[in-house]
Amino acid sequence: MSVLAHVMEEAGLATIVLASMRPVVEKMKPPRALYCEFPLGRPLGIPNDAAFQHRVLAEAFALLDAPSGPVIADFSDVVESDEQPLACALPPRFDPNLPACVDEARGLRKAYERALANRGRTDLGRVLSADQVPEALAALHRIASGEDWKTVEIPGKNTIAVMHDVRAYYEEACLELADGPEPGGRAMEAWFFEQTEAGRTSLAARQAIKDGGAPFPFWFYMAPGHR
Amino acid sequence: MTHLATLTGMNGDQAMREMGKNLAVPEFERTAFTRPPALRHATVAIVTSAALHCANDERFSPADTGYRIVPADARDLVMGHWSPNFDHTGFQMDIDVVFPIDRLEELQADGVIGRVAPRHFSFAGNQPDDVSTIRLDSGPRAAAELKRDGVDVVILTPV
Repeated sequence: MSVLAHVMEEAGLATIVLASMRPVVEKMKPPRALYCEFPLGRPLGIPNDAAFQHRVLAEAFALLDAPSGPVIADFSDVVESDEQPLACALPPRFDPNLPACVDEARGLRKAYERALANRGRTDLGRVLSADQVPEALAALHRIASGEDWKTVEIPGKNTIAVMHDVRAYYEEACLELADGPEPGGRAMEAWFFEQTEAGRTSLAARQAIKDGGAPFPFWFYMAPGHR
Repeated sequence: MTHLATLTGMNGDQAMREMGKNLAVPEFERTAFTRPPALRHATVAIVTSAALHCANDERFSPADTGYRIVPADARDLVMGHWSPNFDHTGFQMDIDVVFPIDRLEELQADGVIGRVAPRHFSFAGNQPDDVSTIRLDSGPRAAAELKRDGVDVVILTPV
């Protein structure tokens, strides 16, 4: 973002970065930066809170009054990431002959379809359709169970894209199923990796792929770095 | 990635911010500084690095150095960023938490800003290390398009 701020300011535009990492803007010195210590991925801070988002924009636009730059200011509030698993009931086991993660993914299909109908958009679709999510998990289950990752054909092939699609399917379905307050930063990530069969299977497959000598990007970006 | 082991025991955002401290970043010898017109007369655009794109637009590839144009009235947005290292759920619940287009329209209606730009621009934050394309090619091209639309102020939103 700071590179684009420099480039665009040079072209005659006045820019303001809503910075998420203070040391980065301290080093890169964009013309104007408002450091916002919010959950990463939420640069305006709080979803569905228009008043809070307007406060962020107001503090950002206030930097336009500075006579010279670079200028870095800190937003007046911190919003911490949640990182605790969201409470979301998973479908009961239906077909005991299927791997648990495949059965689970099938059971979430109706919730995913409701989410799609209600929201009118989905982040699923990089390499998988909704139909292929259980198939992809079946392939990851085989790898996690000891089959050589080089011989198992994963629908969609690109493991990073496959995991984005699997998570989009699960997380959009979960938004339909969960009651209570809206999930904070990474609450859904914690739910997926710690509480779902798909998450556990994905991490086990990732470890098996790593142990099987796959190139770093092939396995590492299947999950967040700290996992 | 030499300090991956140090990430163990941290939560996700702590780990990423710790990595950010040691991130090798391009340096700029000088900081350009443009004085815009008064905000109530200014045209404002959003530029994001969240790799947002319209559902029917070309997807971002893993090393995409280009940009996608997001018309001001588009709401069928997909987040095409390739990193798993940040929260995607906020965007799934409310696109404005990444792309505050409705907030800008409210500010226009209230007379706080002059006008919402007709087109907004989206890049992928995961760029090659030298960022030369975005610095010398796609970034200046997007800036020229924004200037053509009469934009005065750009708010940059990372993820």
